[in-house]
Amino acid sequence: MNYPVVKGAGYALIQASGMLVHYGTTQTTEGRVNPESEHLQKLPGHLRSFEAAVKYPPNQTYIGNITPDGLSNIPRPWYENPINDADRNGKYGEIMPEDEFIGLMKIVDIFDLVVLEEKFQASVKEKLAAHPILAGINKFENMDKNISAIDEIKKMTDEHLALPLYFEGKLVGCVKKAHEFDDALSAHVMFENLVAKASAVFALKLLLAKSGLDKEDIDYIIECSEEACGDMNQRGGGNFAKSIGEICGCINATGSDTRSFCAGPAHALVEAAALVQAGVYKNVVVLAGGCTAKLGMNSKEHVKKGMPALEDMLGAFAVHIGENDGINPVIRTDAVGRHRIGSGASPQAVMTAIVTDPLDGIGYKITDVDRYAPEMQNPEITEPAGAGDVPQANYKMIAALAVKRGEIAKADMLNTVSSFGMPGFAPTQGHIPSGVPFIGPARDMILSGKINRAMVIGKGSLFLGRLTNLFDGVSFLIEKNPGTIDTGFDKELVRKMIGEAMSDFAKSFSAE
Amino acid sequence: MDLENQARIKELTEKYGKDDLIVVLGGAEAEASGLAAETVSTGDPTFAGPLSGVSLGLKAYHVFELKDQVNADVYDEQISMMEMVLDIDEIVNEVKTYRK
Repeated sequence: MNYPVVKGAGYALIQASGMLVHYGTTQTTEGRVNPESEHLQKLPGHLRSFEAAVKYPPNQTYIGNITPDGLSNIPRPWYENPINDADRNGKYGEIMPEDEFIGLMKIVDIFDLVVLEEKFQASVKEKLAAHPILAGINKFENMDKNISAIDEIKKMTDEHLALPLYFEGKLVGCVKKAHEFDDALSAHVMFENLVAKASAVFALKLLLAKSGLDKEDIDYIIECSEEACGDMNQRGGGNFAKSIGEICGCINATGSDTRSFCAGPAHALVEAAALVQAGVYKNVVVLAGGCTAKLGMNSKEHVKKGMPALEDMLGAFAVHIGENDGINPVIRTDAVGRHRIGSGASPQAVMTAIVTDPLDGIGYKITDVDRYAPEMQNPEITEPAGAGDVPQANYKMIAALAVKRGEIAKADMLNTVSSFGMPGFAPTQGHIPSGVPFIGPARDMILSGKINRAMVIGKGSLFLGRLTNLFDGVSFLIEKNPGTIDTGFDKELVRKMIGEAMSDFAKSFSAE
Repeated sequence: MDLENQARIKELTEKYGKDDLIVVLGGAEAEASGLAAETVSTGDPTFAGPLSGVSLGLKAYHVFELKDQVNADVYDEQISMMEMVLDIDEIVNEVKTYRK
């Protein structure tokens, strides 16, 4: 059987302090409930510089300059142990500052909704024109269009026709609403959707540049963020995927959007693997951009505890799934874990459905998997907010299941956790930490022989949408390629078999 | 504590009264469980939700405290794994604080 393979992964981070302060829902809710809030007054003093964000060890891990194992050797708090010679460019991706990103939002905006102040536009145009991956991107000419004076921008935002954009505390532009009455096309929705689109475009451009995949070879794109694109008659109509592929020049691709809260990427990767294995498409890219609403989600606790506001990063990724090449790690499509509607909602029921059920199906034990990549949230962000160390909690649950199944002794639980666990290093952007940040490192670790297999786990809180109380979870195994390609029908073999059968028949005939 | 849950607990208390009502928590961490217990007894300390400044006086118990009340097979199937994972004493002690 030919399993599909993981051919490459691209990862993008964007520092977005202005968006954190003005559009993170913790801040917008606080502003509504308590406009004189102490938190809102103190928050600007806790923002970090772009340099500090680049030097932050978990961010360097996300773009591939440090391995997850390397991160675990750096003492915490990581924000007090920066990597001083860190680079914004990484093995799998890049960290981008907010001004360049606002420029990229303008480039990807097809409907002239992003308006920038003249000097700001000229300055980011110059920076993006010198960018090794983004120079020459489709629609770069948008950087010459729609230039505006700051007074005009202020007038539009004062009259609630547009949402203001800030860089380093100054108004530099705005996103206009796309329809007079339609709430699904309001300035706020368009802003969030353009951020998701622009950051996913960046991740796809990084994947193309880092992996060598030809943009015209992509057949299908699956977008799996948590935003909704549409209008008042079809609020989530789509299609982010094609809009992203269009900017990146993927002229032979089509695509669609897949949603399941934070489990979206795991669903999308299983779909991509199935499409490739079935021969429907040869090259599928699964991607997602970042989410502004979640910026600074736990910042109240961070500010209270005297920490930097660490949730200032938008995250994005793009993963290429292709046909078996006999080299790259395979996705075991016969070992896909899924939380069934009837599985139950307790953590035990969820973990059994997504971890042990698929392993049982192919005769593996929990300890046969070298690494598990569940929700890889950075613990330095979640612990101060009372949510604990999320990956560690997942590892303990998996180890506890191994104890219950008699695979390990209870006394060995913590050793088992450290053997298959890793520190979380992804920003708390919902769908972004959900297993996918480890695909790049896992591919390298399998190719270099360091590990044989890893399980990627995505979990989603469907109840947040208030249509069901159900939870969600999907998992799949990535495994070392056995090195062979099944070519299907072998003419020579069939010829030989017929020859042998004829010879046997002749022998038996002559014997009579 | 989730703002929607605060609203639901407030509504249930108004409907049934506080005497025959307890809140069962399933939080995975002591601080968050304590925060939830505090919210339903003396009010939302973060002043973010419907229970800001509202003292319902409800008693909250963590599900680990109710082990003897639950069918053993159900407990084993649903909760025994988490018993091995979480710091039960720390969680229970924190939740108890708000019943005094």
